[in-house]
Amino acid sequence: MNFWEYLGSRHQQLLIDAYQHASAVFQCMVVATVVGVVIGVVTYRSEWAGNLATTTTSTILTIPSLAMIGLLIPIVGLGVPPTVIALTLYGLLPIVRNAIVGLRGVDPSLVDAAKGIGMSRLARLARVELPLAWPPILTGIRVSTQMLMGIAAIAAYASGPGLGNEIFRGIASLGSKNALNQVLAGTLGIIVLALLFDAAYVLVGRLTIPRGIRARDD
Amino acid sequence: MPETTEVAGVSGVAGVGAKGAVFGAAIELENLTKHYPGSSAPAVDSVNMQIDAGELVVFVGPSGCGKSTTLKMINRLIEPTGGRIRIGGEDVTDMDPVKLRRKIGYAIQASGLFPHMTVAQNIALVPKMVGWEKGRIRARVEEMLDLVGLDAGEFHGRYPRQLSGGQQQRVGVARALAADPPVLLMDEPFGAVDPITRDHLQDELIRLQHELHKTIVFVTHDFDEAIKLGDRIAVLRERSHIAQFDTPEAILTNPADDFVSGFVGAGAALKRLNLSRVRDVEITGYPTVIVDDPLQEIFNKLKSSGTNEILLLDRRGRPYKWLRRGDLMRARGSLARAGTLVHDTVTRDATLRDALEAVLTDNAGRVVVTGRRGEYTGVVDMETLMNSVHELLEADRLDALEHQHELEETRAEQTRHEQEGVDGGEAKA
Repeated sequence: MNFWEYLGSRHQQLLIDAYQHASAVFQCMVVATVVGVVIGVVTYRSEWAGNLATTTTSTILTIPSLAMIGLLIPIVGLGVPPTVIALTLYGLLPIVRNAIVGLRGVDPSLVDAAKGIGMSRLARLARVELPLAWPPILTGIRVSTQMLMGIAAIAAYASGPGLGNEIFRGIASLGSKNALNQVLAGTLGIIVLALLFDAAYVLVGRLTIPRGIRARDD
Repeated sequence: MPETTEVAGVSGVAGVGAKGAVFGAAIELENLTKHYPGSSAPAVDSVNMQIDAGELVVFVGPSGCGKSTTLKMINRLIEPTGGRIRIGGEDVTDMDPVKLRRKIGYAIQASGLFPHMTVAQNIALVPKMVGWEKGRIRARVEEMLDLVGLDAGEFHGRYPRQLSGGQQQRVGVARALAADPPVLLMDEPFGAVDPITRDHLQDELIRLQHELHKTIVFVTHDFDEAIKLGDRIAVLRERSHIAQFDTPEAILTNPADDFVSGFVGAGAALKRLNLSRVRDVEITGYPTVIVDDPLQEIFNKLKSSGTNEILLLDRRGRPYKWLRRGDLMRARGSLARAGTLVHDTVTRDATLRDALEAVLTDNAGRVVVTGRRGEYTGVVDMETLMNSVHELLEADRLDALEHQHELEETRAEQTRHEQEGVDGGEAKA
């Protein structure tokens, strides 16, 4: 059976896996974005708190994902929980870092102006600082998503959802006639998903970054 | 200048965004001090100042003298560590700063416009925060754009980066004035634009202030800007100590000490010329003829006039040519070839400095003064200018002396009372 025949015969299962993969990554990204931006907002104004947040998240990133999932299994069991926790933790770093960099990068004279015309702390954050920091934050989200696409494959090790199952099945049955097809289908699926997500982010950027601060293209 | 708008000013601060425009409110600084922790000397040391309603006061001083800090304490962007601030008679030192700032316009260097919002959104910010309804905000945005000389239809939807520096600054001023605050603080607002644009913006601000009568506190390090704009100027030295707080005329003619005269710089008399207008000096009449007049009449006028020159006007009464006695003869009676063209004129609103410039470049040492539509109204020459300047300077000097004299007298009287231990009220004549 060649690769195309394999895809034809297994497309049902592959689509389900792909959907679950995408869905897991997407949901974890939403959580990571919210948590990451909140951490950024809370810490960016203090030198040490901001550095602590960045260092902590980058330390998490250095833990091999397989080890992380292995460590989580005894605590939260198999299946979805370790997958979600691991993905969210890994997704945090680029978002936290870019949120802090973005918020700190807002021109202080603009913050001064916002204060000076009578904006409250919250209004300043919501109407001036976050909108201006949004382009770097969105970049962080993009980077995170690319990374999670790959890491999510490892989640299959903990019986998690997604295209990783395809890859692990292939690896487990190396030598059998479909082993290579399985690994290939899983890997290519992840790549295709990653590209689709990236295209979606470009669109999101177009829609959410105001024309006044978009990179010159008008 | 002080106006009888105390009541309007007070109500403005008290939170009435009334239909009619809000006039300025008086600002009073009492022992205002800022002491940053960890530094031995205060950054601003006990400033006392009374700014009248509707007055434009300029803080001027070398960089690092605390003028900006003093300004930012008025809207409490920097919290004072001591002293009181009163606006329109109301003590605002402990008021909620966010509420206070919505009553105080604030314009800064490089405009401070939010790049992610359109011009209209930027201007609408403060009215929105104080809860105006949509229709009123929309009308107000148009009105403000119009006020600062930008076409509402064209600029409404633009983003700040699509504007020139001068236009951005105008929008910045429009945003500061949008909710009609009685007080406007301007922190080196024209510091980042080119000299020509800056000149325009200054003229605009003078015009605006004529219409609006806000109380404006303006910070700059440019003394010429201070002279041009200020009703009164506070020359500040380090720690915001007031070296002199007086009218531009008084500071130019009678600087309080070496620091002030150093800051005034060379050419005080020349700078003084910027403060007077052509309409303040004597404009002399000149014999004139109109191009359509018959040649014979022009000849007669030339002969009968005491001067050896007459001014030829065009059909609309605008100055056209200077005619000397021999000119017509030499041109064989042709007006088209005779005489020299009038190339420079000044209006009655021009500063004496402009007039002097024109007189100096004119080879006969005089310049034609024109009215609003360019029509001839008279002539100013070197002699008139010299005399007027002498008179002005002399008058300034006398004023300053009198002022000083009064001050000394009150001081002497005070000392006397203190020495005699008499209660001040009774002994007063």
